[in-house]
Amino acid sequence: MATEYTHPPIPPPSRKKRRLTDKLAPFVTVPLNWIDERSAIVRGTKYFLFRKVPSDTNWFHTLGSATLTAFLVQAGTGVILAFYYRPTPDEAYDSIKSITHEVTLGWLVRGMHKWGASVFIILLFLHMARVFLFGAYKYPRELNWIIGFTLLILGMLQGFTGYLLPWDQTAYWATVVGINLNGTGPVLGPFLAQFLRGGDEIGPNTLTIFYAMHMLLLPGAIAGLILLHLYLVVRLGVSSPPWSPERAGAPRVDEEPRGPGLVRPRARGRFAR
Amino acid sequence: MEPRHGDDKPHTPTPSIWPVGFAVGIACILAGLVVSTPAVIAGVVIAVIFGALWARDAMRAGRQEPAVPAAEAPTTDEEEPDQYPRNVFLEMTTLALGGVITAIVSVPIVGFAILPAFTKQEAPGVDLGPVDNFPEGEWIEATFLSEPSLGEVSARTAFVRFNGTVSGEPSYTIISNRCVHLGCPTSPSGPKNEEERKTVEVENEEISLTPVLPAGFSCPCHGGAYDTEGNRTAGPPVRALDRYLFAIIDGRLVLGDRYSVGEVVGEGARAEIHSYGLQGPGEHVDGLSGWLYPIQPQDLR
Repeated sequence: MATEYTHPPIPPPSRKKRRLTDKLAPFVTVPLNWIDERSAIVRGTKYFLFRKVPSDTNWFHTLGSATLTAFLVQAGTGVILAFYYRPTPDEAYDSIKSITHEVTLGWLVRGMHKWGASVFIILLFLHMARVFLFGAYKYPRELNWIIGFTLLILGMLQGFTGYLLPWDQTAYWATVVGINLNGTGPVLGPFLAQFLRGGDEIGPNTLTIFYAMHMLLLPGAIAGLILLHLYLVVRLGVSSPPWSPERAGAPRVDEEPRGPGLVRPRARGRFAR
Repeated sequence: MEPRHGDDKPHTPTPSIWPVGFAVGIACILAGLVVSTPAVIAGVVIAVIFGALWARDAMRAGRQEPAVPAAEAPTTDEEEPDQYPRNVFLEMTTLALGGVITAIVSVPIVGFAILPAFTKQEAPGVDLGPVDNFPEGEWIEATFLSEPSLGEVSARTAFVRFNGTVSGEPSYTIISNRCVHLGCPTSPSGPKNEEERKTVEVENEEISLTPVLPAGFSCPCHGGAYDTEGNRTAGPPVRALDRYLFAIIDGRLVLGDRYSVGEVVGEGARAEIHSYGLQGPGEHVDGLSGWLYPIQPQDLR
């Protein structure tokens, strides 16, 4: 068992500082209170952010947030790339060339999107490995594992659809092979391939279908499922690591009063009072 | 509300070895698909036995559970006698109306999302120019646009050989260059005579004809190799290369639809071609695996 650890007393802030913060505080708290009184948004944000987590969580628990961050980077850079990208067979490759070589900082944003795609997939797998090895998929979190798995599939579909968009030889033939792989599925495979091609042969429709899926359908689905994923994380709480002395899946006691600030009273970690 | 766990209540269902056996069975099936058929059968037997045991355990655990709350149920039933009040009627009609509106809106949308890929897909024939450009017994690599209005993306290649005339009928071997493994472009294994390349002007495109001397055809992607009749000689392809139907119209060679080929026995004009309707790359046309693809999108047109 971990030994009880007491934090050294925190010195009170200096008088000068206190005066200044006291003066400035209303500029923040008054508008926030105004909003919160009408919407409960501030309370809601606090409820979401200031949750109790096991005291022995570690860096591996940050992989989920890292994946979310990678997705947000992809979404942000993708929207900006859409300003300059033209999804037609005649113009797609030229617009990619112009983004890379002519548009100011285009090389950077396209590079972030291109390499960020790999980072996103790698982080997805690392996060999945953490959840698997920590046994965090077990009761009551099975449903969140299934949602996470769906997110993995959608993320890989993002990779598949995004790969065609530069419309160069690599993109074209990789997509030919990818679609034909889907086509070899029994019974329904040929129909799936036909739908993905948008016809008998790869052509202009394939490019626009992949573009629409890549920037409307799939990101929308991913964003929705991420919200559901986070809802379940907040509702079920973060699981403790396998070596934790705390009981896994211990019930959250809502009656327990919140400690001063964001701290829970009986925590054993370094923030205990 | 909050999940409670780790107290005296046991897991439902209790941990058992059945899921492990089930997983072993599935693994056996997957391995057997690659290695041998008896292993598949053994895997199915293992998976069914352990799956049944697992399901039996799970259901038994479920049956024991609701013993306690069942006792409370009758009291609520007596308070609410069977009736069909107005609010139930309104609830149902609101849901039904919403369902009808959703259907009216979504059926055309879903149809528009899916149907265009499956309808109006007829491709026009491709004119390859005068038949004089195809001397008897020589292979010509013909590159053309299958649909000129779509531009370069519709570029296709066929290998054409004139086999001479048999009982007054001209015979051509016209092989599509698309690998029947996963659709990469095969190329002739042998020299190309670039100096003798011809370009033929037809209606609204240019066709390029290059004499080649193939010992066979090979694919750069995954190593598929074929002989000059299109039969597989090595690598992952599951059948022979697709071929084109052809017609000779006003002394010009015109390509028609593509069709798939199981195998070709013999060669040239006397070849016996086991032909099938066009199927996608990687799809078996004959043997047991041919049953995996009972209908093709073009069958529904």
